[in-house]
Amino acid sequence: MKSLIAQSHSLADPKVQLDVINNHSEKVRNLDKFEEKLEDIGLYPLRPTGIEIFQINVGYMCNMTCKHCHVDAGPDRKEIMTRETLQYCLEALNNSDIQTVDLTGGAPEMNPHFRWFVDEVSKLGKHIIVRSNLTILDTRKFEDLPQFMADRGVEITCSLPFYSKRRTDIQRGDGTYDKSMKVLKLLNEIGYGKEETGLLLNLVYNPVGAFLPPNQEELRDQYKERLWNEHGIVFNDLYTITNLPISRYLNFLVESGNLEEYMEKLVTSFNPSAAMGVMCRNTISIGWDGSLYDCDFNQMLQMKTNHGAPRHIKEWDLEKLNSREIVLNQHCYGCTAGAGSSCGGATT
Amino acid sequence: MEKTYYNPDDLKKFGDVGEFQKELADKFFDYYGTVFADSALSAREKSLIALAVAHAVQCPYCIDAYTTESLEKGYSEEQMMEAVHVATAIRGGASLVHGVQMMNKVDKLSM
Repeated sequence: MKSLIAQSHSLADPKVQLDVINNHSEKVRNLDKFEEKLEDIGLYPLRPTGIEIFQINVGYMCNMTCKHCHVDAGPDRKEIMTRETLQYCLEALNNSDIQTVDLTGGAPEMNPHFRWFVDEVSKLGKHIIVRSNLTILDTRKFEDLPQFMADRGVEITCSLPFYSKRRTDIQRGDGTYDKSMKVLKLLNEIGYGKEETGLLLNLVYNPVGAFLPPNQEELRDQYKERLWNEHGIVFNDLYTITNLPISRYLNFLVESGNLEEYMEKLVTSFNPSAAMGVMCRNTISIGWDGSLYDCDFNQMLQMKTNHGAPRHIKEWDLEKLNSREIVLNQHCYGCTAGAGSSCGGATT
Repeated sequence: MEKTYYNPDDLKKFGDVGEFQKELADKFFDYYGTVFADSALSAREKSLIALAVAHAVQCPYCIDAYTTESLEKGYSEEQMMEAVHVATAIRGGASLVHGVQMMNKVDKLSM
């Protein structure tokens, strides 16, 4: 499967995506605007509580082409963060007390400077999270990475959209489930996911379809039981993440005739408590070219930080970023629906 | 009037039944909410029971609603289909067990 951009698909264009989630039909057009919802609860304009997570998207290249991917990542994507831009990230980190560096992609491991960068961030004493698709660690080029990451205490947060093979493979491609089980066992063997080692291995659930995630704690218990009983696999935590109507997932919603109902569901499930805890309030997202965004979703919609805030890593100014006005649109409902959603799972 | 008896959008209007008789509707929806809350059975377990019952009573609104609900409660397709088979077995069994009544009658009438 090719990325939307390689297919020259209209939904590869962020402007078209924004138009669809705002104006797809009369029903979609008439949905309450996200800003108004925040205004109703006294949260507009939305501002950070303070940046705690420095999330870098080191490139859109990936060995997989998952059906729901909001990044539209895949083997045909060539956008990769350069060493020069990574150096700017290191300088920004060195001049701040931000403790967590979250590496995402694409498959972040595929950035050619990945190992060097992880080493450099480790030297700064920061906690590193790598968002892995698991299957990349089952390739010869990357098979030594689990030990490399373990040696540096890297936390691995990896995708496993369901505990069943059927649903996992529908979303991520045939054979993904079996490869994922193989890599999870390998990670367990070197200590990941085991309480006594401190090597954190977290799984990410996201719905394989047009529905919201289950209760995070209940689902974690089901995953733990199933993966242990059927594969002898252990892990630390499970994060439920809601799919946002962006890129390939948006394409799925449109093609399957689910867009109206899904947008309506997100809006009617708006939870003020979840709005209080949205991740853009404690995260800054850095794009492969060094541009700054309020979150990885805004990055894919090319909605840079705005309202006078720095817009590129070269202009890093923590004080200004901590008081910025967060850029919003209708997709933001995805993070405030039900129990809320963030890169760290439910927010309530 | 609609040209079909069932319109998926009508499910969203369920609450409107109160327009013709508010007191009873209020009591029903209050009761309904309580029934599906976590209690001796979890809300999760109740959603799967509801999916099975929806098939037994063949309510298309309920099937739509509790299919979504079961997915959002983390059930797998296999578990959901097994719940439908439970409903099917009970419905089928309810017919078949009357076969005993037929046999009794045959016994009585036969020489």
